[in-house]
Amino acid sequence: MRERTFAPSRILIYLVVSLIAVAWLAPLAVVVLNSLRSNEEIAQGSMIGWPQHLAWSNYAAAWSGFCVAETCAGIRPYMLNSAIVTIPATIFSTLLGAVAGYAVTLWRFRGDSWIYGIVTLGIFLPQQMRLLPWTIVLRDTGLMNTLTGLVVIHTIQGLSFTTLFCRNYYVAIPPELIRAARIDGAGFFRIFWRIILPLSPPILVVTVIWQFTHIWNEFLYGVTFTTGQQQPVTAALIALSAAVADIPQHGVQSAAVMIAALPTLLIYLIGGKYFVRGLTAGAVK
Amino acid sequence: MTIAVSTRPGRPAASDMVRRLPEILTIWVPLLLSAAHLIAFSLWTIWISFTPSTLVPVTGWVGLRNYSAVAASRNWQIALDNLLLFGSAFVLLSLATGLVLAILLDQRIRGENVLRSIFLYPLAVSFVVTGTVWSWLLNPGLGIQKLVHDLGWTSFRFDWLIDRDMAIWTIVIAAIWQSSGFAMALFLAGLRSVDADLIKAAQIDGAGPIRMYRRVILPTLWPITVTVIVIQLQFAISTFDLVRALTNGGPGIATQLPALVVYDLMFQRSLLGRGAAAAVLMLLILLAVLLPYAAWRYIQRRRAIHA
Repeated sequence: MRERTFAPSRILIYLVVSLIAVAWLAPLAVVVLNSLRSNEEIAQGSMIGWPQHLAWSNYAAAWSGFCVAETCAGIRPYMLNSAIVTIPATIFSTLLGAVAGYAVTLWRFRGDSWIYGIVTLGIFLPQQMRLLPWTIVLRDTGLMNTLTGLVVIHTIQGLSFTTLFCRNYYVAIPPELIRAARIDGAGFFRIFWRIILPLSPPILVVTVIWQFTHIWNEFLYGVTFTTGQQQPVTAALIALSAAVADIPQHGVQSAAVMIAALPTLLIYLIGGKYFVRGLTAGAVK
Repeated sequence: MTIAVSTRPGRPAASDMVRRLPEILTIWVPLLLSAAHLIAFSLWTIWISFTPSTLVPVTGWVGLRNYSAVAASRNWQIALDNLLLFGSAFVLLSLATGLVLAILLDQRIRGENVLRSIFLYPLAVSFVVTGTVWSWLLNPGLGIQKLVHDLGWTSFRFDWLIDRDMAIWTIVIAAIWQSSGFAMALFLAGLRSVDADLIKAAQIDGAGPIRMYRRVILPTLWPITVTVIVIQLQFAISTFDLVRALTNGGPGIATQLPALVVYDLMFQRSLLGRGAAAAVLMLLILLAVLLPYAAWRYIQRRRAIHA
């Protein structure tokens, strides 16, 4: 096919792909450019435009000065909340998923495929079916409006995904390996630490990226179970747009949107390959 | 068979159980927590949907009254109409976009990795961010319409966001932008796994690129297409954040979707019974999509085993 490289059809292909790529990048470009334009500049024109003076102050204001729902601390506290929820919930759900995946695939016990089947149903069950029960559980355990409550929710619910990912990966490990180790007298934990974990980095990276993105971007539980200063950044962004509707401050809001999106965008840039693997993990099997 | 291995006797002695307690706890506690909360929560929500609960959960039995109240409400009817329109338009268009992108990227073009990353990055960003950004672009006073007006074409109109009849299409646009990269990734994987011998044989028969795709390559993509449709439908049925950030269900209730109705009933109007009924209805819609898919997968797998 080499000789066809400069055929008109090739040029057309490049043209179409580039046009779509520009359209796909446009929203990101708009946010980045607006985050560097002053509020007055945006108010005079539209949200689409090149910054005349780089207004870096938008980032400072968005980070620590902007008012969201009567508190003027920017989105810093909410970013912190999201981190406090996302990091432990990602670690816990990934580790527990690895152990569970190992147990149902290689250790095997009575009823393992049943319980595995039920756990993975959680991938399909809509959040709305769990909203009221979680409300009751959080209220009764005193975890309503706490970040710990969100960590608990995301850890338990995340197990559905992490167990599925890890199980799909561990089925490729030959059971003879485990059997041999057991003959040598190794127990459940020893096999996990010595054999399973050293084999796991590829799937753990996928799982961590998936869980982090998922939990960081989550909105419904955050907005339902926390209020005010306890909210994650997704909920704060919605509160912020309501505040902006009264007094247009789109430059600052763009900076806030950019900051809130940065952690998952960075993860995507660094681990894009693994991100795609996570996306397609359940679908292709 | 390794019958000689007797590390797991049929009935472990009591002392053995105690010794293995940490292991048993580690295996069972997380799995049971996960499985039990799924079953208990679902049953509890279903039960509440049959009770007269309003502000707080109460016992009692009202039969299907909550369901008929939800089904009769204008809010829910509009939400269902919207779901039907949004679901079918979004699924068809994102499927088409994803397939076109995958075929274009499959032409051994330069910079494929970069392009693939560009089409996929929206998936990494939260729907709240996506919805907010699209609400700016589609806002006639701020976004594309304003830009075109400022450039001099003052009769240009693109005000779907505030148009009752067209607002639902703004959600379709944003959702396609956000998720067609996913369809692309799956289709591309499918295109790359087509049997090379099959392609070579068709080439020898003198098939051009268009006939090659139509007759040889695309037919192999059916299983992936079904999977993509089901996953995108599942996404459409539970769409909440995107609408919340883009239109918040408005103008009026023109872009209402089931997930927003559930939230509204449960937490804004404090009608727990009705909210639960709406959630169960959402689950039923989802099952109407998932159960046939599960059956289809089951049949396919059996065929693969027997083949």
